[in-house]
Amino acid sequence: MAASSPRNPPPLRGAENQDPLSEMADEDSDEGEDIFVGNSNPVAESFQPDTANGEEPADLFSEEETSTAVNSSITTFKSNGVHSDNENDLFAEVSVELSMENPSTTAKTSGAEFTPSLTLSATQPRSMEQLEEEKDEDSFDMDVAVTNPEKIGDGMNAYMAYKVSTRTTLPMFRNRTFSVWRRFSDFLGLYEKLSVKHSLNGCIIPPPPEKSVVGMTKVKVGKEDSSSADFVERRRAALERYLQRVVCHPSLLQDPDVREFLERDELPRAVGTHTLSGAGFLKMINRASDAVSKMTIKISYSDAWFDNKLQEVESEDLQLRKLHAVVDSLVNHRKELCGNTAVFAKSMAMLGNSEDNTALSRALSQLAEVEDKMETLHQEQAASDFFILAELLADYIRLLGAVRGCFEQRMKTWQRWQEAQSTLQKKREVEAKLLWANKPDKLQQAKEEITEWEGKVTQYERDFDRISVTVRKEFLRFEKEKSKDFKSQIVKYLESLLQSQQRLVMFWEAFLPEAKAIA
Amino acid sequence: MTSTLDDSEKEKARSVSVDLNNDASLLIDIPDALCERDKVKFTVHTKTTLSSFQKPDFSVPRQHEDFIWLHDTLVETEDYAGLIIPPAPPKPDFESPREKMHKLGEGEATMTKEEYTKMKQELEAEYLAVFKKTVQVHEVFLQRLSSHPILSKDRNFQIFLEYDQDLSVRRKNAKETFGSFFKNMVKSADEVIISGIKEVDDFFEQEKTFLLDYSSKIKDSTARAEKMTRSHKNVADDYIHISATLNSLSVDDNTALKKHLEKFADLFEKLRKVEGRVASDEELKLTELLRYYMLDIQAAKDLLYRRARALADYENSNKALDKARLKSKDITQAEEHQQQCLQKFDKLSESGKRELTSFKGRRVVAFRKNLIEMAELEIKHAKNNMALLQGCIELLKSN
Repeated sequence: MAASSPRNPPPLRGAENQDPLSEMADEDSDEGEDIFVGNSNPVAESFQPDTANGEEPADLFSEEETSTAVNSSITTFKSNGVHSDNENDLFAEVSVELSMENPSTTAKTSGAEFTPSLTLSATQPRSMEQLEEEKDEDSFDMDVAVTNPEKIGDGMNAYMAYKVSTRTTLPMFRNRTFSVWRRFSDFLGLYEKLSVKHSLNGCIIPPPPEKSVVGMTKVKVGKEDSSSADFVERRRAALERYLQRVVCHPSLLQDPDVREFLERDELPRAVGTHTLSGAGFLKMINRASDAVSKMTIKISYSDAWFDNKLQEVESEDLQLRKLHAVVDSLVNHRKELCGNTAVFAKSMAMLGNSEDNTALSRALSQLAEVEDKMETLHQEQAASDFFILAELLADYIRLLGAVRGCFEQRMKTWQRWQEAQSTLQKKREVEAKLLWANKPDKLQQAKEEITEWEGKVTQYERDFDRISVTVRKEFLRFEKEKSKDFKSQIVKYLESLLQSQQRLVMFWEAFLPEAKAIA
Repeated sequence: MTSTLDDSEKEKARSVSVDLNNDASLLIDIPDALCERDKVKFTVHTKTTLSSFQKPDFSVPRQHEDFIWLHDTLVETEDYAGLIIPPAPPKPDFESPREKMHKLGEGEATMTKEEYTKMKQELEAEYLAVFKKTVQVHEVFLQRLSSHPILSKDRNFQIFLEYDQDLSVRRKNAKETFGSFFKNMVKSADEVIISGIKEVDDFFEQEKTFLLDYSSKIKDSTARAEKMTRSHKNVADDYIHISATLNSLSVDDNTALKKHLEKFADLFEKLRKVEGRVASDEELKLTELLRYYMLDIQAAKDLLYRRARALADYENSNKALDKARLKSKDITQAEEHQQQCLQKFDKLSESGKRELTSFKGRRVVAFRKNLIEMAELEIKHAKNNMALLQGCIELLKSN
């Protein structure tokens, strides 16, 4: 792993020892190609690790981004240090844990891998939490991955294409495993479609990653440096997390657009996304929700619940932003430390060459090598800081924006109901006036309008109740997902820190005898 | 703020120069120091069995400038031209923590009370570390003198240790400033001289080559090491902010996440203490080691310069003698002068060889000690970190 590899989470142990997959046919034909060897039915739990899994393909793309290398990469990805030679399963880690028969469950080495938060060994009984989830979500079996970013075309018309692979046992899909190629605007297009349809119901729709003119331009003009590789990797990981959140959502999963996105070979090019990116949409929502929150609305005691939650969301948003800024600062400082260590290592090497005492000279050169290794450690750690921690925070800052949007939708629905009520009231007043003024022909029309508006009031009240229920449900679901997500990412981050320290100990322990040998 | 360093701390602190202060006939230490604003007042404590001193046990207050005065008088003493004069201790530099303290004050409004308190504590610790460091380097300077067979007998050294009035501190007045400036100019001319001079002795030839090269490399390494340890401190400081923000997050959270965040915040707080220690140990064992020997090598180079000048003087005196013989004028004078130069040169060469050889040994021993200690500390801290991390991971997973 050279110092020049792009920033990404530390590679998985044992990743190097995998046999490359035998020819993986490109893309969508599933015949004979077994990207996924379906294991016994993984249960709902298979979801949670998704976000953890999301990071793994990252390593592979640090090494090579050509489709030929993909084969070995996919394999290394799935094994995660679990040495299973015969399973070419993209989601092996997920299924490995849950399947009772899988022998590789026990082969896991400790500490050094990304283990999803729910680690079940063959012998461990399921915890209460997991059983509860099994009840809530009936046999969801759905895994998606976004891999293999490939640059298509040249110059300013170039774009990155990403492979979206799905594995599922849900009957609504034509096949059990399949993949398609999508570009960034396709993801945005999906979001737009889902927003249009579901945000009115109070659904929390996961927002996609933001557009980035600067980042993409660099990629387009073919700048083959680590920052554009970083950018692509960052985007790939974010797109994967985005999709995972979408398919995790029980209602969204049912949406035919989602199905089409995952399954259909050629997707009509999404238009208008150049103006409407996730961020732009969110900005709209935020502005509107600010306006709404200024209105004082107290209708029933249950509204206190919504008020409280909205306030919580807003203060959480502030804190997350603050935390994100600090983590950003940490990433930068670590990168700085990395650079300074590298420079120091070189300087130490020169000093060692200069030193005339042989043993000391050797020790100084060894010290230079240790510091070189430290530089790599710092670099990997900075990548962990970024890809695990910072991106998690960024995701949730965006998600909180979507949550706010939901609340705002509910408010709008309430407003509409109130307005209908006041319109109805006005119509009744008109009717009363007409009665008194005795204008029978206009009276008929007035009565019709009253009926119409009575209908609307009932409708809108029902809408409001319904959206309130949905928003509440969505919010609770969101909080649960958030807890799981954070916990699994925190554990992952800590494990990367742990691995870092372990290697540190190794390096210095190797150096110690050299120092002692000085005479 | 006063600081009393107990013996074990001093044992640990005194790392750059080994085997000092072993001779019971003259024991020197700085048991405490006072810091007022910019000025540090050291208490120099001497215990001696030598009759040349008036009392067997006594202390005097001294300022940094007094140490500089002592150093400079030693350098200017002709008799010591053949010795490596221990480098003067660097001026106490509280710039970095003071600047940080200032920034902290400015940013106080943006952080929580706990965060502010922690940062303040961290800065106070840094301040204390600088303080301890400066006490240590001043102490080492005196101890190098006291362990040197010749320098320990210096009259000015004795005055420094004993004179219980305020030394009429010969701050660098205008004349002396000019004098030192002139000296520095002469020194750069010296560099040209010694690089150009034809060396008669293999030993010195090798030493010259070695020292010139090593000197520039170690200067570079010192600067780089300093930058590296400073980055390390920045990372440790970031951990404080992360821990504080995580705490705020957990306070507001009412879900299952609350406990996780608390544990995470707590972990970061513990980790940053370890990282802070890593950074400061690195600084002490690595950066300070390099810095000290950078200065020491400069002192060794100075010795070479003086010897080279003596050689040049000798060669000039030879030429003068030849000229005198040709002119048959002032021959005796020229002969005498030539003899003097030769004597001086020989004395310098002999003493210089001794000094440089022992310097080499001293350097190797100090490097060995410090590198071993640094490696051991890195391992210790990393294992500490690992234990903390493993504990937290288990806690989180078991939940």
